[in-house]
Amino acid sequence: MNALPPIFQDWFAKRGWEIHPHQQDMLDRADDPALLLIAPTGGGKTLAGFLPTLAALAGGGHEGLHTLYVSPLKALAADIKRNLRTPVEEMGLPIRIEDRTGDTSYTQKRRQRADPPHILLTTPESLALLLSYEDAPRIFGSLQRVVVDEIHALSESKRGDQLMLCLSRLQSLAPQMRRVGLSATVEDPAAIANELARHPDPCAIIHADPGPDPDIAMLVTEENPPWAGGGAGYAIPAVLEEVKKHTTTLIFHNTRAQAEIFFHKLWLANTDDLPIGIHHGSLAREQRERVEAAMVAGDLRAIVCTGSLDLGIDWGDVDLVIQVGAPKNVKRLIQRIGRANHRYNAPSKALLVPANRFEVVECVAALEAVKERDLDGDPKGDGPKDVLCQHILIRACAGPFDEDDLFEEIRTVGAYRTLSRAAFDDCLDFCATGGYALRAYDKWKRLLQRPDGQWQLRDPRAAQRIRMNIGTIQDTDTLKVRLRGNFKPLGEVEEAFAATLTPGDTFLIGGQVVRYEGLKEMTVEVSRRSDKTPKIATFMGTKFANSTQLSHRILRMFEQPNWPELPRHTAEWLTLQREVSKLPEADRILVETFPHEGRHHICAYGFAGRNAMQTLGMLMTQRMEEVGLHPLGFVATDYATLIWGLDPVTDPAPLFDGSNLRDDFETWLSGNAVMKKTFRGAATIAGLIERNLPQSRKSGKQATFSSDILYDTLSKYDPDHLMLRITKEEAMRGLVDFGRIEEMLSRTAGRIDHMPLDRVSPLSFPMFLEMGRIPVAGAAQDRMIEEEAARLMQSAGVNAI
Amino acid sequence: MNNLRFTFCDMALMAMPSGALFLPEEAVLCVSDLHLGKSDRIARRSGRMLPPYEVQETLSKLEADILECAPQMVICLGDSFDDLEAANALTEDMQLWLARLQAGRRWVWIEGNHDPGPVDLGGAHMGEITVGTLAFRHIATGAPAEVSGHYHPKHRVAGRSRPAFLYDAQRLIMPAYGTYTGGLASHTADLRKLFDAPPMAIMTGRKAIAVPTA
Repeated sequence: MNALPPIFQDWFAKRGWEIHPHQQDMLDRADDPALLLIAPTGGGKTLAGFLPTLAALAGGGHEGLHTLYVSPLKALAADIKRNLRTPVEEMGLPIRIEDRTGDTSYTQKRRQRADPPHILLTTPESLALLLSYEDAPRIFGSLQRVVVDEIHALSESKRGDQLMLCLSRLQSLAPQMRRVGLSATVEDPAAIANELARHPDPCAIIHADPGPDPDIAMLVTEENPPWAGGGAGYAIPAVLEEVKKHTTTLIFHNTRAQAEIFFHKLWLANTDDLPIGIHHGSLAREQRERVEAAMVAGDLRAIVCTGSLDLGIDWGDVDLVIQVGAPKNVKRLIQRIGRANHRYNAPSKALLVPANRFEVVECVAALEAVKERDLDGDPKGDGPKDVLCQHILIRACAGPFDEDDLFEEIRTVGAYRTLSRAAFDDCLDFCATGGYALRAYDKWKRLLQRPDGQWQLRDPRAAQRIRMNIGTIQDTDTLKVRLRGNFKPLGEVEEAFAATLTPGDTFLIGGQVVRYEGLKEMTVEVSRRSDKTPKIATFMGTKFANSTQLSHRILRMFEQPNWPELPRHTAEWLTLQREVSKLPEADRILVETFPHEGRHHICAYGFAGRNAMQTLGMLMTQRMEEVGLHPLGFVATDYATLIWGLDPVTDPAPLFDGSNLRDDFETWLSGNAVMKKTFRGAATIAGLIERNLPQSRKSGKQATFSSDILYDTLSKYDPDHLMLRITKEEAMRGLVDFGRIEEMLSRTAGRIDHMPLDRVSPLSFPMFLEMGRIPVAGAAQDRMIEEEAARLMQSAGVNAI
Repeated sequence: MNNLRFTFCDMALMAMPSGALFLPEEAVLCVSDLHLGKSDRIARRSGRMLPPYEVQETLSKLEADILECAPQMVICLGDSFDDLEAANALTEDMQLWLARLQAGRRWVWIEGNHDPGPVDLGGAHMGEITVGTLAFRHIATGAPAEVSGHYHPKHRVAGRSRPAFLYDAQRLIMPAYGTYTGGLASHTADLRKLFDAPPMAIMTGRKAIAVPTA
């Protein structure tokens, strides 16, 4: 057993603390090559990760960087810096701790490279950037430990893959480096351990005491939840009551837009002027920092937030978590609940607020799952190749490299352990020559092979552009918003949203209503308004998909003759659906058709999860286009796909014919919006498309053209190109999810119940308020352009020319 | 019939869904802003290697229009090449293809801001050219009866934005014809100031469709 140095024992004793068993375990196994700690929020997880480092550095004498801490959030790095400095200063330890993120100043960053601190706190992107510098070997040579915090969150995205590739590079620069992962409760710890460790190193998993069961319930309100909508405005009085009863409340939302609207309405009803703040990823940094500071100081009674507060930031005395909108995923819900009551042994207290009646059902299903500790999750696939391409380019920025060395290094990453040499060569060729069947770039290759066989950038100045494009976060293009005549930004909105604004429009940002005045140098200029009802901001946060497990729970609930566990209003709603139409069943596909607002609608309840339902929408609209039904667009949720068009569907069965669907699938894959969107993401990560750089945006029109054009051109002339293969792989895995369509087809085996209705059915209501509508680029669009043009011509008094 | 016939400054014109303009009586075909060699220029300057098929794609489109109209003269209304170096870097295949398209007809390269000098590819190099009552030049000058390009106009109808011709009584702005080209929305100030009143738009796509812009 590794005892704590006496100075630590004194410090613990002075505070009346005792070292937790899992903290002692971490200390005892400090020399393991890799260690994964699973602990609930508030379990002293971070300290457990850092104790071995603090103990090792306590005696002084270490030169250079000792421990690298990586977290998914900038705010987390800043928070940890604060929390670590307390014990370090109180014990008077000779340890320098600094953070380095996208927000760190240029001078500070330069200084850190020249003289690294003992402990550096950073994000995966900032680490990748550091590794792209030629002096990376000097910076990292002395590194002893790397601590990856909230590794479960990173592991869900490509950021985790990028980080693990970076660790493989670090390990080559610092062979002595040990790896530590800190994770919240997850369904498959072994999978995360495999990702963390250098393949084939072992990785022990340490479990902290999970603590008492959470105290979690659905919020009871006087008013019924609405039939549809995501705002949960009805619950505002009840939520305010809860805020008053508790010290500090976190109010989570699934999207930024919903958080904005809720915050705005909360303030309109906040007659007691309770201090309530808002925090989400679209807000300007200054705004976020102000809220964070107020939160830490205990000045806020509640904070309305999104996933940006999901992770283990220590916000002080949170004693209630409210989740507005269905949680979609039991694992994430449990992690959010863990935010309440940072005292290790007190049960966390949480309330679920369904935004509409379907979400009541989802919330009840989620509550049951929590009670049964039934966590959900899907296994992760192999390491993505677009991230690998970016990694190769980053490696080239740092200096010449040998391809065999790089290949061996990459194969030590768990997710890439099965990578074939041929696949690696494809990625290298893509980085070097573009990888086209037409070898057009002999003269302008990006990477050249030197006579000694090492690879290097053709033009060293390209390093700058590659560095500016580092990262795997799929941000939609955003524009800064600021008050006219004021330099400080209020936040950001999506470019596509800004494009729909005309001067005079009002929208919400940072909880206030503003009026759009105009665009100036790619900044949205606004003025303050006192209006109560804005035009809604449509910028989105992350949209979660319902897990398979939750979907199945909901279908099982639908089989019940009645629903005593549901509030009366929701039970009545389901009963009404049963009366006017049917409730979906697990072994049949329910299809409703009805007219609405001059368009024909078809709603199919497949319960295959959002991505698969989206794919189904693609395939159905394609078939409808072929038979001349003029589909205009569709929207998919976790449980259904709603399509609208110019003509009614009278016989839906052929649309769900398995062999038709499979045949259409291949044709469809090449030419649809989801593929184009996926292509854009992958091509940006792989370095084919540049992120919006400030200078290129200013030059305007001719400089930029849609990535869809690249996709179309490539599909036509080079269909086997690496980027198209990556796009397909990616889409199959995530956005396409054809596997769950197959599952739906086999479970329903052609049993289709068609219900022709004369109006929207109760169950399809919420679909009409879903965001993420996808247009169908078919003949209907031409027909509509023609009709609209004819109408405009007529109203302009112009006769046909 | 997907082409749209209209009259501009007393001349009979035909807008094609591809973004080309045909003068049936004079048998003149006009295309603007081909930006050939754009991928070459981007690779040279940034190291980014876009799919190198854009010349092929643009020329096949042009070939189809030439086959349909059988023009006696083709006017490329400036920015035909993304820069002069890109013009010289066209592969032999593409040069031969261009030569085939040029055979048996007059071919005029109007000078643009991207290609301000002569190219070694056959055809005449000119600052501007007059056909009937119309002056063809790359950038609008404000002179009457003028056909120009340069701005890559797009217009949005029923939620869809597409490259479009814009015209009023005296000015016609052509959409960009090249594959790798972006666009400028019809309502932006740079475009609007060229017209006294809101212009008429002709949408490209599957069918050329006229629509007023306001």
